[in-house]
Amino acid sequence: MTSQDGDARRNLPPLALHVPEPKFRPGDAVDFADFEMPVAGAVDRPPTDSASRDMAGHVYAMVRVLDDEGRAIGPWNPGLDPDRLRRMLREMLTVRAFDERLHRAQRQGKTSFYVSSTGEEATAIGAAHALDPDDMCFPSYRQQGLLIARGWPLADMMCQVFSNSGDRMKGRQMPVMYSARAASFFTISGNLATQYPQAVGWAMASAIRGDTRIAAAWCGEGSTAEGDFHSALIFASVYRVPVVLTITNNQWAISSFSGFAGGESTTFAARALGYGIAGLRVDGNDILAVYAATAWASERARAGHGPTLIEQFTYRAEGHSTSDDPSRYRPSEERNLWPLGDPIKRLAQHLTTLGEWDDERHAALEAEVVAEVREAAREAEAQGVLGDGFRHHPMETMFEDVFEEMPKHLQEQRDQMLAEYKASGL
Amino acid sequence: MAVELKMPALSPTMEEGTLAKWLVKAGDVVKPGDVLAEIETDKATMEFEAIDDGTVTELLVPAGTEGVKVGTVIALIAGDDEEAAPAAKRSAAPAPAPVAEEAAAAPVAVEPKHVAPASLAVEPTVPEGTEMVRTTVREALRDAMAEEMRKDERVFVMGEEVAQYQGAYKVTQGLLDEFGEKRVIDTPITEYGFAGIGTGAAMGGLRPVVEFMTFNFAMQAIDHIINSAAKTNYMSGGQMRCPVVFRGPNGAASRVGAQHSQNYAPWYAAVPGLIVIAPYSAADAKGLLKAAIRCEDPVVFLENELLYGQSFDVPKLDDHVLPIGKAAIVRPGKDVTIVSYSIGVGMALDAAAKLAEEGIEAEVIDLRTLRPLDKATVLESLSRTNRMVVVEEGWPVCSISSEILAIAMEEGFDDLDAPVQRVTNIDVPLPYAANLEKAAIVNVAGVIEAVKRVCYR
Repeated sequence: MTSQDGDARRNLPPLALHVPEPKFRPGDAVDFADFEMPVAGAVDRPPTDSASRDMAGHVYAMVRVLDDEGRAIGPWNPGLDPDRLRRMLREMLTVRAFDERLHRAQRQGKTSFYVSSTGEEATAIGAAHALDPDDMCFPSYRQQGLLIARGWPLADMMCQVFSNSGDRMKGRQMPVMYSARAASFFTISGNLATQYPQAVGWAMASAIRGDTRIAAAWCGEGSTAEGDFHSALIFASVYRVPVVLTITNNQWAISSFSGFAGGESTTFAARALGYGIAGLRVDGNDILAVYAATAWASERARAGHGPTLIEQFTYRAEGHSTSDDPSRYRPSEERNLWPLGDPIKRLAQHLTTLGEWDDERHAALEAEVVAEVREAAREAEAQGVLGDGFRHHPMETMFEDVFEEMPKHLQEQRDQMLAEYKASGL
Repeated sequence: MAVELKMPALSPTMEEGTLAKWLVKAGDVVKPGDVLAEIETDKATMEFEAIDDGTVTELLVPAGTEGVKVGTVIALIAGDDEEAAPAAKRSAAPAPAPVAEEAAAAPVAVEPKHVAPASLAVEPTVPEGTEMVRTTVREALRDAMAEEMRKDERVFVMGEEVAQYQGAYKVTQGLLDEFGEKRVIDTPITEYGFAGIGTGAAMGGLRPVVEFMTFNFAMQAIDHIINSAAKTNYMSGGQMRCPVVFRGPNGAASRVGAQHSQNYAPWYAAVPGLIVIAPYSAADAKGLLKAAIRCEDPVVFLENELLYGQSFDVPKLDDHVLPIGKAAIVRPGKDVTIVSYSIGVGMALDAAAKLAEEGIEAEVIDLRTLRPLDKATVLESLSRTNRMVVVEEGWPVCSISSEILAIAMEEGFDDLDAPVQRVTNIDVPLPYAANLEKAAIVNVAGVIEAVKRVCYR
């Protein structure tokens, strides 16, 4: 017994910790009645050269453009023409069809792993439209919409997921960890938030070189707990780096709800305030709001007024990945009752309100993208799927790209392997 | 050969399902993606598709069967000409078209090398009569950076205290004055952060030289070095590069305690994708740092605080660049080979001088580059001396010494007249107290003793 355990302290209340707990667990009735729906069109749009402290309220409010009736209202309405809106709708539908197809492909053993971005399509597609096509993207693993919006071939992406002979990563990366230099889409990292300081570094390099391209990075709300997130923000702030930093707050980091990343006490956009960075909190299921906020941040960055931290408030409708069964930790009906709805339905409703869309055209478009995805899958699968023998990159390619020039010991290992393979008579 | 189609798993928890409907029958020719069947679980109905071209030979589970276990073979498909079909498809598949034009859309610039590449080539000989200038390692490193910065505007230096303070160990002395604050950048105190920033800047087409105040602090940053920088080329399938240099003092200094006295050479040298350099002399420090900055691969450049103030002859050349991956025989000898790197080379040379007085002619090899390791020079020397001692200021276990021993065992066994010995620090965290520190660190007497042991003297 130590003196601290002595009788003198017995009247003090014992210390305790708070352990965050999500609102609903499986079996609970889901009820979002007390969710305070931010009013669409109510948040002002400050000039893009505003000091971060003059727009502190924006980190607690929520930029929303589409109201419940599907009208676009308020100062953030980007006023996009119907053709552009239909393109965005088509791309979101393509992302969804792509996800559904590849999720099924994983269940059929054609790939080992897949990550869907169902429900979060607007966060990537809206951003891709607001950025310039050659702005450098440092995505996390749920932004394949960036590639799709930039017109990257679906079959090429699928080849990566199937790790087949058409895989431009030569079978070296986990499925969905795309890399497309020509699309200004950086290699996705399996380590969380490393892309944040790298995007800031890339943007600093762009500025030092006197280039005009900005960088954009995405991470999940869970990853904001990583040191990298904070290192990136301090550098972005100190050197007023031309970068757009987005947090896709999809409420869930595998089975940990956003409270475990600090979401109970404040918003994720509010992380910007402490660093003196402009922060915006956005309805991530409202593609017009996503577009408008990203365009605002991009204009700010390009004009030399510095970085912006954007929180896209959204909802991960599917499991974290094909290895995850979310019904074990959250009620299955939660996704259907999510108060901010579905980004595809909301954009379709808006187009309908404008008189530019109807159910018939929507059904036709859905069928069209499903067929397009199916055709791409055929093309990709013809180049091999997981585990079907030798339709992969030749095995000697594993010694390539380790270094710029292959060192002698790797040449020796490669030659030895090929000799043994030849001798085995396979 | 018939391909077995098995009952798929719809979710991680699914163990069985209902084969609701067959959409094909025996004899049907199918293409990849054709729907063969519909399968139901309590959660969903899924279309089950063909993976390959082929002909359905047999349906083994009739439509309407409930409780079909995952993995049960439900049908057989005969593959049609499995070699020819995929090959034809492969050539027919269009190459994915870049979305934008080449020039505008090369975000990560791998620019043509405007200077001679420092490849794994033969060491250039210094021309006869070249003037030699006594230079400290500290100055040589600074000169290397300054010369590369003059030559290539993509090169910049970043780290804690590198600008205003001129470097914690004054290695960046004068760089701020000459190149300004855009290219000599003081950073916030976050090794993890600026290693990531440097990695990103290299991806963005610059040539960052990231200084760690010591490599002990790079422990914070090792994720970026190993998981990002070292993998960029490989993970992008050769599309992207990360030509960054991480440099700073490594190994024991003097009485800075266990956390600040560690040699990370074996850690980094274990990682494919990294170039690891650890020079001893000022001339090598200069020539190899210049090569490191020009290198398309990420480089870990390990310096030594105790060597910073030591002076060496450096050839007065406009462009003194040395090849990466090439060891140097810094003292020829016939009786025994002493292999070392960094500060250990000095001890090896001192030991060799004393051994010569006793009639033992030791050859001393400075590895200089630890990855890729110049095995050929080591093995060639061993074939002449037949005896070898490895000297390393660092721990013995899983070390560079271990690697040299393994190479000698695997590839030089027939040349060995005695077991190879390693002379290293004691296998403990380095103590602070002067007497303990001295006792724990490798020394010349230990090298001499080991050499005599392998020479049976």
